[in-house]
Amino acid sequence: MPNIFTVSPDFTPSHLSGWYIFNTWLQRATNEPIRLTLYDNFFNQRQAIEEDVIDLIYANPYDAAMLVRDKNFQPLVKPEGGHDEAILVVNVDSQVQDVADLKTYSIVAVTDDPDVTMMGMIMLEAGDLDNNNVRFLPCMNYVLVAKQLIQGNANVGIFLAEAFDDMSNFVKKQLRVLVRGQIGIIHHSLMMGSKLQEKHDQIQRILLDMNNNDKGRKVLESLGFEQWLVVDDEEMEFMIDLMDTLVTGD
Amino acid sequence: MINDMSPDDIDGEYKEATLILYGNITRKVFFSDREIPYPDGKLIVSRTDLDGIITHVNKSFVDMSGYEEAELIGMPHSILRHPDMPSVAFKDLWDTVHGSRKWQGFVKNLRKDGAYYWVKATVIPNIRKGKIVGYTSVRRKPSRTKVDESIRLYSSLTE
Repeated sequence: MPNIFTVSPDFTPSHLSGWYIFNTWLQRATNEPIRLTLYDNFFNQRQAIEEDVIDLIYANPYDAAMLVRDKNFQPLVKPEGGHDEAILVVNVDSQVQDVADLKTYSIVAVTDDPDVTMMGMIMLEAGDLDNNNVRFLPCMNYVLVAKQLIQGNANVGIFLAEAFDDMSNFVKKQLRVLVRGQIGIIHHSLMMGSKLQEKHDQIQRILLDMNNNDKGRKVLESLGFEQWLVVDDEEMEFMIDLMDTLVTGD
Repeated sequence: MINDMSPDDIDGEYKEATLILYGNITRKVFFSDREIPYPDGKLIVSRTDLDGIITHVNKSFVDMSGYEEAELIGMPHSILRHPDMPSVAFKDLWDTVHGSRKWQGFVKNLRKDGAYYWVKATVIPNIRKGKIVGYTSVRRKPSRTKVDESIRLYSSLTE
């Protein structure tokens, strides 16, 4: 039975091939059978985690608590400089200049990306908006969030900063950043389940060494960052504590 | 040990008060009417040990408090205590987190330069292997409505 590897469904589309390349590289480097299985959305991925199908995951921080505390996953590494940040965006012609200008029952365009939506909602709290007094407009991806704002169907949109910044200038010119999150402490992590646990230290060393050879560097390049950094148990616990202060913040 | 504030650090006109902090420690503070707005999009994060002694602060904490990081580490978290905050709010905080529960509230913090800033604070116990080993506090931007409500409530509790 191969080890099943999965990636948080919020990965940037341009890095899709990168994750397949990484999977092949990791399989060779560790001499372990590993198969990349991707899920269309967080719901399906969580179901697979729940059914103990997953052995290795590049996890959204929102899922870290469940992975560590309920499923005994252990953290391995995180991408250097790869913090998740959210941005609140409005139509360029919107009268809204400050979060406080948004009215109760504003329409908020969101994807199903859980940590980004959570961070976006924290920024909206400063305008007395919360899950109970906004109307969510769910979108399949960030391009559709932009479209809903441009067409005037939403008052504000919540974006992953990286996704917004990667949009074309044509799209960005029709939008305006209301608030840019600068939290700097929430990140995705590569984590492993109990089946691989005795190889934890070996796999962690292999990953940390990736940027020291040409082949590894090219694989990292295809993922969009330069190196992996260690995430130890305490750092992961700290991030879970932080998420806990933010998740059920009302 | 926490020192009294220094009038030399205060920007502009100020008033003075003596606070009685946790552990019966007294501290003379100087404070002005100048409010520093909470910056958009940021979180202030700190960690303390079981006695409320600061062990970690992030950059936003340093920037908003006006202290250097080295001045904060090893100090009681009450270094930010503003005289307008009723002591009952902090008693509720400690009672809640000692019971392994999350505390949330609106807090007026005192800066080193005597100015103040409002936050929405969440404090949780850090539980490792079933034991509380410290506390994490995360502050975010509060809405003006909540700040105004808190001003009314706290002034009635400190009168």
